[in-house]
Amino acid sequence: MTAPETISTSSPRRLTWARRRRSAAQFWQQYRRNRGGMFGLVVLLLFVATALLAPWIVGQDALSVTRPPGAPLQGPSQAFLLGTDRSGRSVLDLIIWGSRVSLTVGFWATFISITFGALLGIAAGHFHGWISTVIMRVTDWFLVMPSLVLGVALAAVLGRSLTTIIIAIGVTAWPTTARLVRAQTLAVEARPYIERAHALGGGHWHVMSRHVLPNVMPIVLAQTTLMVGTAILTESTFAFLGLGDPTTASWGGTIQAARDVGAVSARMWWYILPPGIAIVLVVLAFTLCGRAIEGVLNPKLRERRS
Amino acid sequence: MAGPADTDLVPHSPEEGVRDRSGLYSTARYVGARLGGSLVSLFAVIVTSFFLFRIIPGDPVDAMTHGRPVSIEQKQQLRREFGLDDPLYQQFLDYLWGVVRLDFGQSFQFSRPVTELIGERLWPTLLLVGTAVAISALIGLTLGVNGAWRHGSTSDRVNTGLALTLWSVPSFWLGLILIVVFSSTLGWFPTSGMRTEGVSGWEAVPDVAHHMVLPVVTLVAVLYAQYLMIMRSSLLDEMGSDYIVTARAKGLRDALVRRRHAVPNALLPTVTLIFVNLGFVVFGSVLVETIFSWPGLGQLFYSGLNVPDLPLVQGLFVFFSAAVILMNLLADLLYPVIDPRVRP
Repeated sequence: MTAPETISTSSPRRLTWARRRRSAAQFWQQYRRNRGGMFGLVVLLLFVATALLAPWIVGQDALSVTRPPGAPLQGPSQAFLLGTDRSGRSVLDLIIWGSRVSLTVGFWATFISITFGALLGIAAGHFHGWISTVIMRVTDWFLVMPSLVLGVALAAVLGRSLTTIIIAIGVTAWPTTARLVRAQTLAVEARPYIERAHALGGGHWHVMSRHVLPNVMPIVLAQTTLMVGTAILTESTFAFLGLGDPTTASWGGTIQAARDVGAVSARMWWYILPPGIAIVLVVLAFTLCGRAIEGVLNPKLRERRS
Repeated sequence: MAGPADTDLVPHSPEEGVRDRSGLYSTARYVGARLGGSLVSLFAVIVTSFFLFRIIPGDPVDAMTHGRPVSIEQKQQLRREFGLDDPLYQQFLDYLWGVVRLDFGQSFQFSRPVTELIGERLWPTLLLVGTAVAISALIGLTLGVNGAWRHGSTSDRVNTGLALTLWSVPSFWLGLILIVVFSSTLGWFPTSGMRTEGVSGWEAVPDVAHHMVLPVVTLVAVLYAQYLMIMRSSLLDEMGSDYIVTARAKGLRDALVRRRHAVPNALLPTVTLIFVNLGFVVFGSVLVETIFSWPGLGQLFYSGLNVPDLPLVQGLFVFFSAAVILMNLLADLLYPVIDPRVRP
């Protein structure tokens, strides 16, 4: 809407880019109207900034267990706004550092599962016959297995590290995406211009990458945003179950540590409350963003929710 | 518990079954196909459980005896007992034969058959999960219907926002907070367990109920959002339908259009989904049971995980997966019964 209409002169590439800029601007205009989505976006940017700046906000020694900056299990004070943990480290510093862990796991696990899900979903929708059957069988099988059981089992068997958690979440979370993408692929491939592409000699790869993929991307984008939230929630669960790397300061791990030292019966609210609130805020932010994107891309939902 | 709020969890679209409309024969075919699919899934799960726990790095005996002083003779004894020196195919066949007889071997931790342990711990879990699912379905469906009927209103916005927030809450953390507030501080509810020692007979009923309040509240808080969102969007879909317009045009009262026309149709997918979710919820109770020391399957799984007690974890893995498969099968079979439109 905002871009001028005078770009019709030069190459097709420039035209394409102008069209993309225009639709991006349009997307942003509609996204901005969703108040929940804007709230989520702001919270998200704050957390991403915190995670990126964490090494500068938190001193190098702040997370050392051997030379902690304070006495263990102290309540909030001037020096430690949220008190100290069991080894005398500032809980606030742990939370700030934990945002790195949560976002890292969230992004990588989502990247793995979305890549798997999108590729398998497109393949299952594009090819017919046995390829599709096999892929969908495997998808159904993964869908049926409680992903947390498989993840927990994987994490227990592979050892305790961040990579294990990323793999466990990534490998178990793809089936929903695969089903979604397959449905969308089937819808796209039913359209006449796909037949035209085939008639003009377009091969499988051409059709999948140039026609199906761009049309599937929006749905994948919305799904990605929603999935990062789920992945972060799952990560905290794994960390709480003691499957995470004990040396990294993740939010779930902090809650587990608090429980271990008896913070529950001692009512050390400053130890238990903050990591949980951080999890809720990040997961909610991703969920709100995902729903807002979904709303913009799906006009039917937009009418309803406005 | 980690399932996204509004994705498609119904694994088979019911339309797949609509091909042949020749009554009994097609019904039998539909049931047969679903049964066959479930058996294939079950077999896949059993195979997975075998390879997951035996092939992936590490000596099972080392894992089993982790942190305990054991002599070499004891280790060899264990290897014999678990058949670890047999060729792989032999181990696999033995395992399969065991599963068929519902024999998952001895728990390392409790020195008792895994099947016996599962049978013992099943009832507390069913009680907890059943109550929680029933309550959250009731709350979720009611709020979902109200939200959709008056969508965009303040109450709808507040309810949807609250549901999304609670859905983002880690259940284990919520449980801890509830304990801090209602047990440690106010002293209203017990912190853990299922019953007070020494209480038996009919007096045990209010006692168990008293112990159940906090775990059930925790589960309901994280569960009901899904039901709310599904019911809401499914009713919103129905509200645009022609038959609703017709019902209104006939001059029916608003409440009647809602109760007799819109809700019954919107309820169908929701009920199926609740059913399908039931299987997952059983596993979702691991965290809540652990927090509240509820003597159910979840807590058993957690304790097995920490040792690690491989036969126990393996048995529970198969059991949890089988529960999901069974619920999926039931949902698939029930769907045509409750929704005539997809009858095969």
